[in-house]
Amino acid sequence: MYRILSKEVLAPRIKSFQIEAPEIARKAQPGHFVIVRLDKKGERIPLTIADHDTDAGTIELVVQEVGRTTVQMGLMKQGDYIMDIMGPLGIPLHIEKVDCVVFVAGGLGVAPIYPKAKRHFEVGSHVISLIGAQSRDLIIMRDRMEKVSHEVRYSTDDGSFGHHGFVTDILKEILEQSTKVDEVIAVGPLVMMKAAAMVTRPFGVKTIVSLNPIMVDGTGMCGGCRVTVGGQTKFACVDGPAFDGHQVDFDELIARQSRFLEQEKTAMQSFLEPSSGQEECRCHRG
Amino acid sequence: MPSRLVRNPMPKQDPQERIRNFSEVALGYPEELARQEAARCIKCPKRPCVSGCPVGVDIPDFIELVTKGKYLEAAQKIKEKNSLPAICGRVCPQETQCEIQCTLGKRGEPVAIGALERFVADYERAHDDRDHTVSGDPPDLPNGEMVAVVGSGPAGLTCAADLAKLGYRVTLFESLHAPGGVLRYGIPEFRLPKAILDEEISYVKSLGVEIRLNALIGQIYSIDDLFKMGYKAIFIGVGAGLPHFLGIPGENLSGVYSANEFLTRSNLMKAYLFPEYATPIKVGRRVAVVGAGNVAMDSARTALRLGAEEVTIVYRRSRKEMPARHEEIINAEEEGVKFALLTNPIRVIGNEKKWVSGLECIKMELGEPDESGRRRPVPVPGSEFVMEIDTMISAIGTDPNPLLPKLIPGLKVGRHGNIEVDPETGMTNISGIFAGGDIVTGSATVIAAMGAGKVAARGIDRYLRGSKEQ
Repeated sequence: MYRILSKEVLAPRIKSFQIEAPEIARKAQPGHFVIVRLDKKGERIPLTIADHDTDAGTIELVVQEVGRTTVQMGLMKQGDYIMDIMGPLGIPLHIEKVDCVVFVAGGLGVAPIYPKAKRHFEVGSHVISLIGAQSRDLIIMRDRMEKVSHEVRYSTDDGSFGHHGFVTDILKEILEQSTKVDEVIAVGPLVMMKAAAMVTRPFGVKTIVSLNPIMVDGTGMCGGCRVTVGGQTKFACVDGPAFDGHQVDFDELIARQSRFLEQEKTAMQSFLEPSSGQEECRCHRG
Repeated sequence: MPSRLVRNPMPKQDPQERIRNFSEVALGYPEELARQEAARCIKCPKRPCVSGCPVGVDIPDFIELVTKGKYLEAAQKIKEKNSLPAICGRVCPQETQCEIQCTLGKRGEPVAIGALERFVADYERAHDDRDHTVSGDPPDLPNGEMVAVVGSGPAGLTCAADLAKLGYRVTLFESLHAPGGVLRYGIPEFRLPKAILDEEISYVKSLGVEIRLNALIGQIYSIDDLFKMGYKAIFIGVGAGLPHFLGIPGENLSGVYSANEFLTRSNLMKAYLFPEYATPIKVGRRVAVVGAGNVAMDSARTALRLGAEEVTIVYRRSRKEMPARHEEIINAEEEGVKFALLTNPIRVIGNEKKWVSGLECIKMELGEPDESGRRRPVPVPGSEFVMEIDTMISAIGTDPNPLLPKLIPGLKVGRHGNIEVDPETGMTNISGIFAGGDIVTGSATVIAAMGAGKVAARGIDRYLRGSKEQ
């Protein structure tokens, strides 16, 4: 059981949790994630470790309410317990000083970007952060990102803050203006990461994306999170979650992410109206 | 009175009934049948059945106790050697281990040792007053050293139980949220009810074994960390959980599962109770399961119960070479699973939504024997055809999971990522680190893993007593 020490609303439907998990905090590094199961009937979902405090023995998880489990987690309060958290998982991002690194964060992607930007800032890289969201109120962790970046630029789909358009527009502009970008690290919705990789490709700039596919065990056992990278099948949980964005087959992954759309709607409905779906025969044969 | 040469058949749920539920298929012997079956044992002096058992259960002795109606004593007799009798009675391939050695089997049918083991274990569960489901304080242990066991599958559970019986303080580390390893995520409810697994794990806990869940060793603690924490020896029993894929085009299309994913969703996550349980599982109308081992049968039978209309086992060799237990093949057939034998998939076909819509296969014929001694299947030119499907499950085997071995500097591993050990002691090339089960042998049986856990427990005991004397 893992206790929620505090909860903060970062934006509509986006919540941050400080969770007591000293053993995980001791080992956490930028790029690590955990598998979370809320209760005994819960599913296992991967969540990035957005921040950790080794001394306090805490990890931070940031969740956007999109499906049954994230909505359920959003309802949890300070003092509540999460049943299972396993981690840290995945291969942490190898970070060493570079002249200039550009971070591209879309929506909730700021959460996984933050620990990586923080580490780059600490080792002395010049950090440029580009943060995109649908609208101004969905831009999260602004103060923290500004503390660990030398330069931050914003974009919103509706033009309510910063550049009116996509975050990848700014990325393109920067690459056109400067020859000094060593690497780009992009995290966000799959379509955004795909677009970022397309923007950087002609410039030949190393581009790392962090994938968040559907997972079950998170230890390399089920292959549910498999993704094609450079023509090879990789498991995001143990070979990733970070990969070379120029090598990832995004279209395949986008299709794989929608495998359970129908069931996800059912799950949501049954969570919101617990009586529905309980009366029917459960052998699926009528 | 039936002839001594014919065994009493195991009562089973009716096939038409059982494909509508996830309850256990085999119902177990009632008491009278168990006594009748036990009475078939001719008590031959050589006791060949014992030599066929990887953990050396005193089979004739427990069977004799059954004939006398002393069922609780029979259970104790089994537990002297085997901590998981209700599980082994259900999932051991007795027909190739103890029963194949049975003297009666030379002239007729061997004694149904597995069915009797199951009867005894189930009787004990129903009649034993001690409540193993409460994890109270562990018994007072002698001041034994601390041993870490990594992985709570059959090898780890057995190693931990045996070490605890020897007075060691054992911590069992499991990465998933529930213990049992493949017994939990791999074997369906209709073959091994989870309540029985829970009960037998509670017995292991009652011996004083502490189980730490959500603890992926290699990530949360390294092997070095464990030694620093005071563990004097470490047993690695992390299994062979890395799924193989065929390596044919289209395998990453939606609707293509590894058997591990399909079964983990259903067994560990209870997706067959969706949406009450939150984990989804999607099975279409026409399912192809590639492979013909026990895992393939489990996947096919699970798919049927989840509502698939047609489930076909696709296997490149012939019926004779199918690796699954005969009993499970019969069960699958009774339930309506179809078999496309001498058939090899060459391409998975997808629709515009990147969802699987067909499986292109080629017919095979058997040629000369290959290195496994089985006749090698050879493609028949021009025999390609497409099977219309909307779900595919790949059940063609697994490899040792490289996650932990590759994090242990200097650990000797074989070609397939299997850890190499001294077969006498279970010790690896690194002093104090032992291993056993599928991580050493590659994919094998529950009972073989238990045997390896036993060997390693003895090896660890010898090693720790030896290091004390120095």
